Amino acid sequence: MSFPNEHLGMPVKIDALDHENRAFFGYCAKHDLHLQQCNDCNLLRYPATTACPFCASPDATWTPVEGKGTVYSYGEVHHAIQGAFRQHVPYLLLLVELDTQKGLPGAYDGLRMTANLVSSDGQMATPEMIRQVGIGSRLRIVYKDIDEHVSIPLFTLDEQAKQPEKPWRYAIE
Amino acid sequence: MTQKNDIDATSNKFLRGKYAIAGIGETGYVRGSGRTTKALGTEAVRKAMQDAGLKPGDVDGMLSYSFNDSTFTPNIAGELGIRPNFYMDVYGGGSSIEALIGIAMGVIEAGMCNTVAIFRAMNGYSQVRIGGTGDRGAVRPLNGGSLFSRGYGLMSAGQMFCQSFMRHMYDYGTTPEQVAAVKAIHSEHASNNPKAYYQKRVSVDDVLSSRMIVKPLHLLDCCVETDNGTALIVTRTDRARDCKHSPAVIQSVVGRCCKPRPDMHYQSGPISTVAGHYAKDILWPNAGVGPEDIDVTGSYDAFTFTSMMQLEDYGFCKKGEGGAYVSDGTIRLGGKRPNNTSGGHLCEGYTHGINMVIENVRQLRGDVDDSCPMGSDGKRVHSFDYSEGGCRQVRDVELTANLGWGTPGLGSAMVMAKN
Repeated sequence: MSFPNEHLGMPVKIDALDHENRAFFGYCAKHDLHLQQCNDCNLLRYPATTACPFCASPDATWTPVEGKGTVYSYGEVHHAIQGAFRQHVPYLLLLVELDTQKGLPGAYDGLRMTANLVSSDGQMATPEMIRQVGIGSRLRIVYKDIDEHVSIPLFTLDEQAKQPEKPWRYAIE
Repeated sequence: MTQKNDIDATSNKFLRGKYAIAGIGETGYVRGSGRTTKALGTEAVRKAMQDAGLKPGDVDGMLSYSFNDSTFTPNIAGELGIRPNFYMDVYGGGSSIEALIGIAMGVIEAGMCNTVAIFRAMNGYSQVRIGGTGDRGAVRPLNGGSLFSRGYGLMSAGQMFCQSFMRHMYDYGTTPEQVAAVKAIHSEHASNNPKAYYQKRVSVDDVLSSRMIVKPLHLLDCCVETDNGTALIVTRTDRARDCKHSPAVIQSVVGRCCKPRPDMHYQSGPISTVAGHYAKDILWPNAGVGPEDIDVTGSYDAFTFTSMMQLEDYGFCKKGEGGAYVSDGTIRLGGKRPNNTSGGHLCEGYTHGINMVIENVRQLRGDVDDSCPMGSDGKRVHSFDYSEGGCRQVRDVELTANLGWGTPGLGSAMVMAKN
């Protein structure tokens, strides 16, 4: 199996000292979403950190998490800043709230992953796909393989899930 | 959502009224200054000293902020013959100025110096564009941290804030037309500001028909990028009263107040609420006044949305009613509480906040630099006719509020009073 070692033309390299992100993206490389779960307060967190954002404990255990969630909010980029994205406009900047730990620790909290919307085979979504997605849409995780140590998590429409009749989208298409 | 707030806002230790802004200075707001940031900063600080009637030897403290896109204090001090007893150059953009004013008060109170000049000098159009084109758009490797952001094409301010703006529309029914009114109204103000980069009035329709940058932001929902130097001078109010102009007296400051998770604001709470929700509980008790007492606001307008969300979370209207507040005429010159009477970042120029403080100092002096004719006493005779090209002075300004924005999760604020 050959790997591109880049994403949309951007070389990918996680620093040797960045143990937490190496672990997170290493699980992604196995297509297996894992998040750190605090050994003291038991809360999961995203992204990877060196201490618990809820209780400051340094001790955590990598725990499997189902990669399913709901679009909590989004932006839709029409003017790309980075050259890598210019040929992919429009693209979505998703904020996906995972089903796991929704409403914790506070009623308005949750595990919110940033990602782009992609097709089920990991290609940047077409304008037609983008128009189907808004706040409330049900998504599942997919991965773009970079090398044997890193895959990038992305989201696509969950074909198995019941989708809202009309996901909320910005008033002007 | 509750937060323990053990700040005792009743004692004098909060220095209410003890410090003031004694001088202000600006270069032009331009694209293509043709000068170094050192030249811009030097001109701004010199003009602020002249405005205050101070000599270089009277200034013995300096502060500045930048995104590593500017010069540092020793270079400006050296050019102007200022010998600092204290200086510091900090990293940061929006939300820095009110925080630095608070630091200036603290270091003077600690006896470290007497009078502090604060500057921001940037070629924000011709050298380092915060919006991210040019060098910032170049291909750079992705590492662990940036895989969560640049790896997804999430880099510019608009890209980082858009989910908060969108969620406000979802949670509260805020409409594109309501938010676009911020730009339309600020453009009216700028049409009465000969310094403003954009002086042409635009309509809500003009905003909504401008090209989309990142939904929900059209081009005209985003602020202008300009080159400029700006500065102001903080000293004790009793000293400021000996200066050339009536001082703008500082009642309360909040500096870089954060929502939980300042690293990734969207991981915590409702993202349609911004840092002002927390900052207001420091700002108003320390000032001893509330939003209803304020005559003029300077709510940071990096985007139309940032003015709206802050005005809402600082309590100028009920939660969720920011869209109505910014579009019902309240924030227009002649309205109950005008916002950004200079045209702000959307129209006057981009400084990461300091020009909105300068404008409120002028409003408190009763002497904004519009096109009204000069009187024999050297002050403008204001007509209070706010039609295009006319006056932008607000009548009888007693209290102003500046609401500085860094991110949805980061804000600073300040209340100033007429001397």
